[in-house]
Amino acid sequence: MTTPLLDVKDLRVTFEIHRDGDLPWAAPRKLRAVNGVDFSLLAGKTLGIVGESGCGKSTLARALIRMLPATGQVNWQGETDLLQLTARQMLKYRADIQMIFQDPLASLNPRMTVGDIIAEPLRTHRPTMGGKERRARVKAAMERVGLLSNQVNRYPHEFSGGQCQRIGIARALIVEPKLLICDEPVSALDVSIQAQVINLLDDLRRDLGLTIVFIAHDLSVVKHISDEVMVLYLGKMMERAPSDELFAHPQHPYTQALLSAVPVPDPQIERGKVVIPLDGELPSPMNPPSGCVFRTRCPRAQALCAETVPEPTAGPHSYACHFPGAVTQEEIAAPV
Amino acid sequence: MALLDVNDLSVRFATQDGDIHAVNGVSLSLEAGDTLGIVGESGSGKSQLSFALLGLLAKNGTATGSVTFEGREILNAPEKVLNTYRARKIAMVFQDPMTSLNPYMRISDQMAEVLMHHEGLTKSDAIARSAQMLDAVKIPDAQNRVRLYPHEFSGGMRQRVMIAMSLLCKPQLLIADEPTTALDVTVQAQIMTLLAELQKEFGMATILITHDLGVVAGFCERAMVMYGGRIMERSPVEPLFAQPTHPYTRGLIAAIPRVDQGHEALHAIPGNPPNMTGAPVGCPFAPRCDFAGDDCRRDMPPLERFATERDRACHRPIDLIAPLEVPA
Repeated sequence: MTTPLLDVKDLRVTFEIHRDGDLPWAAPRKLRAVNGVDFSLLAGKTLGIVGESGCGKSTLARALIRMLPATGQVNWQGETDLLQLTARQMLKYRADIQMIFQDPLASLNPRMTVGDIIAEPLRTHRPTMGGKERRARVKAAMERVGLLSNQVNRYPHEFSGGQCQRIGIARALIVEPKLLICDEPVSALDVSIQAQVINLLDDLRRDLGLTIVFIAHDLSVVKHISDEVMVLYLGKMMERAPSDELFAHPQHPYTQALLSAVPVPDPQIERGKVVIPLDGELPSPMNPPSGCVFRTRCPRAQALCAETVPEPTAGPHSYACHFPGAVTQEEIAAPV
Repeated sequence: MALLDVNDLSVRFATQDGDIHAVNGVSLSLEAGDTLGIVGESGSGKSQLSFALLGLLAKNGTATGSVTFEGREILNAPEKVLNTYRARKIAMVFQDPMTSLNPYMRISDQMAEVLMHHEGLTKSDAIARSAQMLDAVKIPDAQNRVRLYPHEFSGGMRQRVMIAMSLLCKPQLLIADEPTTALDVTVQAQIMTLLAELQKEFGMATILITHDLGVVAGFCERAMVMYGGRIMERSPVEPLFAQPTHPYTRGLIAAIPRVDQGHEALHAIPGNPPNMTGAPVGCPFAPRCDFAGDDCRRDMPPLERFATERDRACHRPIDLIAPLEVPA
């Protein structure tokens, strides 16, 4: 069996929060943003991570590259646990793992030219590289992502949102990373531009053999780009499966509810479809429900769900649910 | 007589870099109880169009043309006149419920203010009516929660509060400007279901402004596609999605990844959004259009009827040009 590029075991990120009104000596409350997530990712594959606001998907991405303190293991190429490295040791791996952020304009320094922005990772990770080669590489990277290389001296505000996202991609690719982490890379873009950026990422993955962790709240986008998809809810993995399998045969009631809520641009389908309603509110991550975290909104929850945390099943299609399977019409109609 | 008639409406903003032509000669009419979706990307003018109707443009903006509501001209009417329409006849729900609610005021006070101002109710009656309306938008425990502050509600609940507030005076026209864009999909589904129920119950005409064609497909009877401040295509939704004839509409539909289909390459529309500075020349979509010719770059095509209830503004619509130029 081939060693996965990235093997994550029991990843946890816990924030300690002192709330207004707490006594100064009271123990801080714990917010478990990511609560024991496992996954592994083979080189050249794309893992999509989906979930609603507050499910911990962005925290997970930041934990992988140690922008946040985390516990557990993040094994890189089967040899190094990234979470155990010192900051200096980590630097060596940072060139291999690059990130693209959600807000294209906010993630670019407004006072740097596009050329300087794209060249910056080279200055850090390849300090011995000469100026001439650096300029050539910047030019090549810009052309690779569909920017004109004569725009190298312009500033970010002179570009549209889609172009700024291309600059962000060029900056990430210039150090030839193995793993690209994309945190909602297209959610700020218009539909027509979004398709351009998705197609670009698809091409890059194919041509450069990139491995991608693609985080988004939009299931249609994730379906389009991913080989495998993981669904998160309140910091826990609900379901993980190869993309086609997950969308064709979702087992977890939450995955099914999420899928049924996605609007389809076809009036006949959209008007005829049945949305699985999720009643109530997302519980506070400071005080998550006992047992299965989804049980308070699940149409199928029973006493067992409140008592025992469901363990994820083994195998390529994994789900953490005591009562998996397709949600029936009766369950949709019945009040929770 | 139509409920709302918009004729040749244009909106311009004076800026240091020259005039921005946000909306260019848009006409539309709406009957009581209609649901119209206005679809477009950022900068298509869809929001400014609706702001102009209610006199909500920024200070540097000017609107020209004509907007009549129940036969009376309201475009550029004095504030005093507009205030008799706002909330009472035409209400609006905005995109971001956190910034449209006053964080310092209890929900009860914000909602009661509307009724006290427009209908002259006493404060206690107004709060009672507000609580009823919160109940109508399915906020649990409305009697007590009406006294909370906006930050004590989740995003979806805040949007329900906004919808309840807009319906307080039973308006004849509701304008919802991207009401679910800031929300998660499951919450979006709840809010759109709620809006559809309320729309039937109150029988108000609704204009839904959105960039999401999926939401329009579910909610609206008719849709209008805008680009560069102009109407590209206008049609009942079924034929619009089944046989889009404007190259932009077709491109937009083909660019959406779908959960219910396999993943072949998306048809991206090449190029960048239009620059709205300066007077528009020709079709705004021409620089990104596969079929554009010299006539498209020179003259804006007029909006013309080409099938039952369907209008489009295009020199080279797909149904006429496709058999010739596009390999099957």
